[in-house]
Amino acid sequence: MTTPELRSKVIQLYKTLLFLGRDYPKGYVYFRDRCHNAFAKNKDVKDPEQIRKLMSHGEFVVKEVEALYYLKKYRTLKKRYYKDEDEEGAMRRLESTIESKSEK
Amino acid sequence: MALRALVGVKRVVDYAVRVRVKPDKTGVVTDGVKHSMNPFDEIAVEEAVRLKEKKIVSEIVAVSCGPTQSQETLRTALAMGVDKAVHVEVTGPEYNNLQPIHVAKILAKLATEQKADLVIVGKQAIDDDCNQTAQMTAAFLDWPQAVFASKIEKEGDGLTVTREIDGGLETIKVKLPAVISADLRLNEPRYATLPNIMKAKKKPLEKKTPKDLGVDVSPRIEVVSVEDPPTREAGAKVEDVDQLIEKLKKLGRI
Repeated sequence: MTTPELRSKVIQLYKTLLFLGRDYPKGYVYFRDRCHNAFAKNKDVKDPEQIRKLMSHGEFVVKEVEALYYLKKYRTLKKRYYKDEDEEGAMRRLESTIESKSEK
Repeated sequence: MALRALVGVKRVVDYAVRVRVKPDKTGVVTDGVKHSMNPFDEIAVEEAVRLKEKKIVSEIVAVSCGPTQSQETLRTALAMGVDKAVHVEVTGPEYNNLQPIHVAKILAKLATEQKADLVIVGKQAIDDDCNQTAQMTAAFLDWPQAVFASKIEKEGDGLTVTREIDGGLETIKVKLPAVISADLRLNEPRYATLPNIMKAKKKPLEKKTPKDLGVDVSPRIEVVSVEDPPTREAGAKVEDVDQLIEKLKKLGRI
């Protein structure tokens, strides 16, 4: 039997995921449907140990999605505002390799 | 010595939204468009929260100037760990023409009022890309400035700030009080989680008007026209080098 405590924790996790899904690049509906399916797939799991294991996976997904958002934002901003930097860096690297080769 | 920090946050059109220019060329479409906190301001908020976690800062106050919806942005800041928020309500034509000079005056006034030792803002907003607010705020307060910060460390009575400059980094020492603007690499902002946003609703949010602060926000400029950048013309393929040279010659490039 699942304890009420565990049940509320699962619901909490589901809500957290749905909240995160609002910003999902492919849209909220896409995320919600997949999230719902993932939970529905395991709806018959009764073993508390098993539930905890599945929840830790859910928490892992939460962390991954947060990291995804951060990286997406960082990369977009970097591309928009620091355009020349990569070219400059590449040029510098190129120059230094040429120099080191000519030294030899 | 525990410091008090004032953080400026701006509500802007979300970075992921495709911005569209209004047909009458007076600005960009903002109705029904997703808005969020300016990403550089998120970095500023995160830095203030980290300084608080290091016990360098004792209290963080967030400020936002704009319409009522700016309070949502302030809630996000509160959820990230800010202690209290001040919403300076600016609406209508005044909001449309709100310039960094107005915001800087408001921030300077509030910094004095809140007895702040440290003002942290994002280096620029992703909507107008002005990159002026921090500098002007420092000028109005007559405080030292450390803009484009990529690292902030406490040292003695002041701060050691590493700045991003063209082609490298610059390390400077500033005395407190000071104004700092955050660059992209300063830190990785945390995500405002659902429970924290709920808790943030209980944190104090003060409402003010520019009038209360004695700041004149009447427009100083008039927007003549807002237009899309020119679209890139399609390229053409060439068969061989001779053809390429011929084409370049025709275009007068060589």
